[in-house]
Amino acid sequence: MILFFLASGLFLGWSLGANDAANVFGTAVGSRMIRFTTAAIIASIFVIIGAVAGGAGAAHTLGALGSVNALAGSFMVALAAAFTVYTMTRFSLPVSTSQAVVGAIIGWNFFSGAATDSDTLTKIVLTWVLCPVLAAIFSVILYYLTRVILAKIKIHLLRQDFYTRWGLLLVGAFGSYSLGANNIANVMGVFVPAIHFEPISLFGILTLSGAQQLFLVGGIAIAVGIYTYSHNVMKTVGSGLFKLSPETALIVVLAQALVLFLFSSQHLEAWLLAHSLPAIPLVPVSSSQAVVGGIIGIGIAKGGRNIQFDKLGRIASGWVTTPLIAGIIAFVGLFFLQNVFTQEVSKKMTYTFTPELISHLQQENIDISPMGELLDREFSRSGYLQKLIKNKGLFSDDEIAKIIAAAKNCRLTLAQSRFANLDTSWFSPTQFVAIQELADSSYTYLWQLHDALVLHSQEWAFKEKNKLNKLYNSDILDKLDYLKNNFGN
Amino acid sequence: MSFFKRSKYLENEIDEMLDAISEGIIVFEAGVTSYFDGDMGAFNSKIASIDELESKVDQLRRNIENDLYQHSLIPEHRGDVLGLLESIDEVINTAKETLYQFEVERPFFYKDIVKNFKQLVNCSSKAAESLVIATRAFFRDVRTVKDHLYKVYHYEKEADLISHKLKHRVFQNDKYELAQKMHLRYFALHIDSIADISETVADKLSIYAIKRLI
Repeated sequence: MILFFLASGLFLGWSLGANDAANVFGTAVGSRMIRFTTAAIIASIFVIIGAVAGGAGAAHTLGALGSVNALAGSFMVALAAAFTVYTMTRFSLPVSTSQAVVGAIIGWNFFSGAATDSDTLTKIVLTWVLCPVLAAIFSVILYYLTRVILAKIKIHLLRQDFYTRWGLLLVGAFGSYSLGANNIANVMGVFVPAIHFEPISLFGILTLSGAQQLFLVGGIAIAVGIYTYSHNVMKTVGSGLFKLSPETALIVVLAQALVLFLFSSQHLEAWLLAHSLPAIPLVPVSSSQAVVGGIIGIGIAKGGRNIQFDKLGRIASGWVTTPLIAGIIAFVGLFFLQNVFTQEVSKKMTYTFTPELISHLQQENIDISPMGELLDREFSRSGYLQKLIKNKGLFSDDEIAKIIAAAKNCRLTLAQSRFANLDTSWFSPTQFVAIQELADSSYTYLWQLHDALVLHSQEWAFKEKNKLNKLYNSDILDKLDYLKNNFGN
Repeated sequence: MSFFKRSKYLENEIDEMLDAISEGIIVFEAGVTSYFDGDMGAFNSKIASIDELESKVDQLRRNIENDLYQHSLIPEHRGDVLGLLESIDEVINTAKETLYQFEVERPFFYKDIVKNFKQLVNCSSKAAESLVIATRAFFRDVRTVKDHLYKVYHYEKEADLISHKLKHRVFQNDKYELAQKMHLRYFALHIDSIADISETVADKLSIYAIKRLI
């Protein structure tokens, strides 16, 4: 059954491989600088590596937008996105997988009554605008840099050709890695909260977490897409749509790869935070739009003669139409899946307000005592709850998100029988001892489990909330989530 | 042969071809000068040299064409490079043809116009030499191509002017029979054609150079 539901994600992965690999290797293959077989092998290998090794960052952001928690729901979200991408491509409309997936997730949020995190949504939409702009800036800088370097080193045409080929291969590999790291979230992100694979160890060297196994499967689907269908797309990209010289193609692909890398690298985020620089949001972005941005950058650098403004307009319209169409398809599809095929498309979540919760929130400087009507009631729709609290006008969006997260019931028992399933290597020894000491205890809220763990080991405590500690704290949250999935009733 | 070695090998072949053309132009100038000076021994040895150089250029050009296609090198500029090499080959072909015409037709020159003919040969050779330098720049330093092409155009214009004056002098000089006048006019045309061909190739090269700028 899991495989059947996963099929829509694999379909999405396949179409991503067929279309987006062409953004990375299209110009190189189209201009016959690199053979298709070579390009396909390199793209496949690096897409898979990128997906497994670097896919987590952007997947988290999609998770924050809406946690699709039932397998049938994930199936429909991915199917709606894939269908939107497929149909819009058929009608030659510019389309981005990322935008379709975000639209479909919001469709699920609407259907299941879950609250849409407006902060995350704003962050994602801003990133879409930023992505082609940043690609254009990168390509302008790289263009001037290349021109200066070429003028300085006075390299022979044939040697330049040789280096350009190698450059296209290397940058293509980097681009494929970034594509895998950034866009795997689109393909498999919605399945992460719904499917829980046990971590597996590969030859005792490498441990693949459940999410990484999903990313591996998705990466393979992308690779199959590259092999089976991308050849024609590459030829079109290389010779028809954008006429680029191999050198400018190299610049465009590098600009695109850099942008995708920026929006997916947790290491880079950590480095930026460690040097008190503003971090870049890890969001799945559109590789096609990055490429168009890169080409426009070349146009600007060459004096602005070749800029196709109609293409810009079509991209901007895609920011609205793609998520809208995908959202509507997801909503209608979920309705049918739930009411005609009687599938569970979202797990029922409950939210309760107990005196313990009120005092917990008070410790966080959030006083919900003026909202007496919440007490002793059970809410099943976070969207409704969000509206209710918002109407009071007492709390900021950030505080409302915190209240809802804290009020969410998870009802878990740390049953002895389930300890065997835990991947102990992820936890520090003292962290694991703390978990063991809590064996057979039960909790209503996740923060209660966290409080109990902190009492046993300070290694479970959050560090002071600042940019530097962001990654450390999000790791603790991931571990709590993992415990919730493992011990949930 | 590895990809890098093949690129390097081809680079050398292109350089060798341009060297041979350059040398051919020098041989042409020296050969015509020997003819004017009546040194037929030197003239004959120059004919043998240019013959050899022209065959070498043809052979190298064929090798380069084969290699470029066989190993699909420089796909973006392959057509331009082949076009350029074929056109520049015409320069040495014409130089060789002209020397052979001297050898076969043995034209007669009075001393008073020899100086003008020498000037014409010098200008045509300079146009061709500047073209070879521009071609080298196309491969290595494309931004300077225009500077060299400017010289090609300059010497071609100069050659036209000299050839025009020369024809005037010949046709207004009663020392020559009409047949001689026409004979000398053809030789002025033959020598000038080297500059003309250089100009035609320069026109193509200036477009190729723009295409090569990224």
